[in-house]
Amino acid sequence: MMEKQKFEVWSVISWILLAAFLFFMVYPMFGVLQQAVFSPDGHFTLEQFGKFFSTPYYSSTILNSFTVTIAVTVVTLLLGIPFAYFYSFFTLKGSKFLFVTSILCCMSAPFLGAYSWIMLLGRNGIITVFIKNVFGIRLGSIYGFNGILMVQSLKFFPLVFVYMNGAFKSIDNTLIEASANMGCTGVRRFFKVIMQLSMPTILAASLLVFMRAFADFGTPLLIGEGFRTFPVEIYNQYLGENGTNHNFAAAISVIAIVVTALVFFIQKWATNKFNFSISALHPVQKRKPEGIRGLLMYVYCYGLIAAAFLPQLYIIYLSFRNCDQAVFKPGYSLGNYQKAMKKLLVRSINNTVIFGVVSLAIIILFAILIAYLVVRRPKPLNHAIDTLSMLPYIMPGSIIGIALVIAFGKQPFALTGTMAIMVIALVIRRMPYTIRSATATLQGIPISTEEAAISLGASKLKTFFKVTTPMMANGIMSGAILSWVAIVTELSSAIILYNNKTITLTMSTYAAISRGNDGLACAFAAILTVLTALSLILYLGVTKSEDIRL
Amino acid sequence: MSVQINILDAVKKYGNNTVIEDLTLHIRGGEFFTLLGPSGCGKTTLLRMIAGFNSIEGGDFYFNDTRINDLDPAKRNIGMVFQNYAIFPHLSVRNNVAFGLKERRMPKDQIAKQTDKFMKLMHIDEYADRMPDRLSGGQQQRVALARALCIEPDVLLMDEPLSNLDAKLRVEMRTAIKEIQNSVGITTVYVTHDQEEAMAVSDRIAVMNGGVIQHVGTPKNIYQRPANLFVSTFIGRSNILDGTMRVENGKAVVDLPTGYSAVFDTVAPENLAPQKVKLSARPEELIVQKHGGEGLSAVVDDCVFLGLNTHYFVHLTSGEKAEIIQESTIDSIIEPGTEVRLRLNTEKANLFSEDGERNLLTGVENDLASGK
Repeated sequence: MMEKQKFEVWSVISWILLAAFLFFMVYPMFGVLQQAVFSPDGHFTLEQFGKFFSTPYYSSTILNSFTVTIAVTVVTLLLGIPFAYFYSFFTLKGSKFLFVTSILCCMSAPFLGAYSWIMLLGRNGIITVFIKNVFGIRLGSIYGFNGILMVQSLKFFPLVFVYMNGAFKSIDNTLIEASANMGCTGVRRFFKVIMQLSMPTILAASLLVFMRAFADFGTPLLIGEGFRTFPVEIYNQYLGENGTNHNFAAAISVIAIVVTALVFFIQKWATNKFNFSISALHPVQKRKPEGIRGLLMYVYCYGLIAAAFLPQLYIIYLSFRNCDQAVFKPGYSLGNYQKAMKKLLVRSINNTVIFGVVSLAIIILFAILIAYLVVRRPKPLNHAIDTLSMLPYIMPGSIIGIALVIAFGKQPFALTGTMAIMVIALVIRRMPYTIRSATATLQGIPISTEEAAISLGASKLKTFFKVTTPMMANGIMSGAILSWVAIVTELSSAIILYNNKTITLTMSTYAAISRGNDGLACAFAAILTVLTALSLILYLGVTKSEDIRL
Repeated sequence: MSVQINILDAVKKYGNNTVIEDLTLHIRGGEFFTLLGPSGCGKTTLLRMIAGFNSIEGGDFYFNDTRINDLDPAKRNIGMVFQNYAIFPHLSVRNNVAFGLKERRMPKDQIAKQTDKFMKLMHIDEYADRMPDRLSGGQQQRVALARALCIEPDVLLMDEPLSNLDAKLRVEMRTAIKEIQNSVGITTVYVTHDQEEAMAVSDRIAVMNGGVIQHVGTPKNIYQRPANLFVSTFIGRSNILDGTMRVENGKAVVDLPTGYSAVFDTVAPENLAPQKVKLSARPEELIVQKHGGEGLSAVVDDCVFLGLNTHYFVHLTSGEKAEIIQESTIDSIIEPGTEVRLRLNTEKANLFSEDGERNLLTGVENDLASGK
């Protein structure tokens, strides 16, 4: 009897979860598809897709996105692999600093990189102006392809670094010694042994970079200008300044989902196919960098980190400069922050924290329940829920925003402009990552620990709360802090859903930038950067390890 | 006070696959009982049916007179020790041990007293406030045992508790387990695939194969008079030779390969009839004779000096291979290729029916057959 009753509690939870997914995810996505293939007067038509592929003005965006994303992927590999190699195989001074800073660059708000480079190298950027005045040379334009390539590469190379660092650490030192024994050393060994062993990771990392860069919205929005990419085009068609076309935006969204889904499945297939596990009984012995080579290593590592991080520090510096509208004046003050106070700073911070906490709580609850159902009660229904929960992996943020507006913009579910719709978007965006890490954590916990609790007299529900959940806590905590950072810096879905009441710190920053109010923008950006940095430092304190799932 | 476990006609099925069929077993109150068998023989499955973690598809399980088939595992009052220890990683040693008492809502001061008592008993009181990740494997196993015993269970179940430990610690821990069991006097069911470990700790052993219990008896009985050929080869090592039994003057004479015949005084009267048989001789039950005489004629292939004993690997002139262990002597090294005669210790060796199902000798005690 007892057995049967407990069984039903979990079945009820399964059905509730399924209903939630269907209502908040599948139904809105269905709305997007519907808008894409039905004309406003209700006829089925593929006209929008035809328009996209037959008009070079539009179809070129997909080509643009692909070219810049592939270029970014290649450049991040070229930047990240040497960086990871130096980091993992040599005892560099300040390695902890290098690690933290690179993560910080990668996790900062999506448009901050682009914005800070514009402040440095843009039309009125300090370096551009300086060089023009002193040398009389006009620097090439940072806007367009080159700008996106530079900013995204500097933003995403830490992904390659973190992945490769994990791979390098799993290489057993005896393999290195064995290859030296057979006469293979130095650069030859790097390419013939170390790179070959890391191939699965290189593949996984490059596909991850590809997915991130392809869906990145903030960078091309600010620095892309004439070079129009896919996510920006969707946004312009939906909310842009001139001539919006919702049906057309929906059609482009569908195409974008198909592309990202393809990349996602290639990634899954590739990681399964090329995955082989090596367990390092003897981790690689780090060597001291020596001589001119050692010096070059330091120059490379610190140079790269400086290029990625200094622009953001420059923004913080600017936030303390006097500023009148878009023009920075000599002298320092807190004037920008005072202006920010008038411009909803308190409300932005409040909203950011409240949305973050509420979304995170929902995400963690869902993640624990789904992980438990999938791992401990494997049934077709629960696997279906698991598969559904991965859907957001392939949905760029702006599309989730559009889908929610379509589904919940009108009666009977009018939620637009409320806190609820922001939270729903944030939960959908971040949940898959937390579910993955919760599932992986639970899979690593032997079921006998729970059986031990039951044999000692604890009921099944009590065992779940007193034993299972606390054991998962570590794995979930680290994932949750990363989710927190991503929630705080969320742009692409929020830009479609926010209004004056539900404005967040990130949106306030963006609004200030887009109005050209640079002093104000810098003040908001500085607060955002500090908040992100503090969260990440907390994260690294909690995990104490370099195994970071991005 | 101590609890008997009676299992009648137990059935375990996974889907259409029957793993255990009609298994009947009686475990006496207070005894140290071991389920021994190769991996996949169903011993862990049976243990988990007793614990309540595996469903029971048929038959009855009793603790004394209480039928436990439908009793929630949490209410069976069992202590369980798992192969991977299953220590709660988020609780200190003390809180791990106290977990079951807290579930029973015992008053705080009593919990502290009881916990201290068992931590002292298992020699882990000095680590009381440590977290489990800072304990060695042996220490974790001690915590697991203290935690299981602390609730004063009716039955203690142990699932391969020593197999994750290194060899030296394994010997040390099995002695500790045996001592604790003796002093607490709790009915214990122990699962292992290591026959030496089983012999060292058990009052009685059940040898299982393919979901069927082959032999239930004391370690000595199982080793010396195994109920069938499987038990004889699984417990210790045995050389198996084909033979033919004749009856001469009321005594069994067994014709063995290479023209050697041995007289057996120990054949049970009801089995005294001409028939084909299997001879099972342990390595120490064959005696190497360098200078001829009665015996199986054989050629030495190799000889390994191990100090106390010397191992000989030989082949009979009729082709079969055999292994012999003898206490080392001053001249125990024999050159490979040397011809020797192997005399059989007929008092110790066993004879089985041709199909290997039955031991033909007297002195076989199988509690399974007698239902004890």
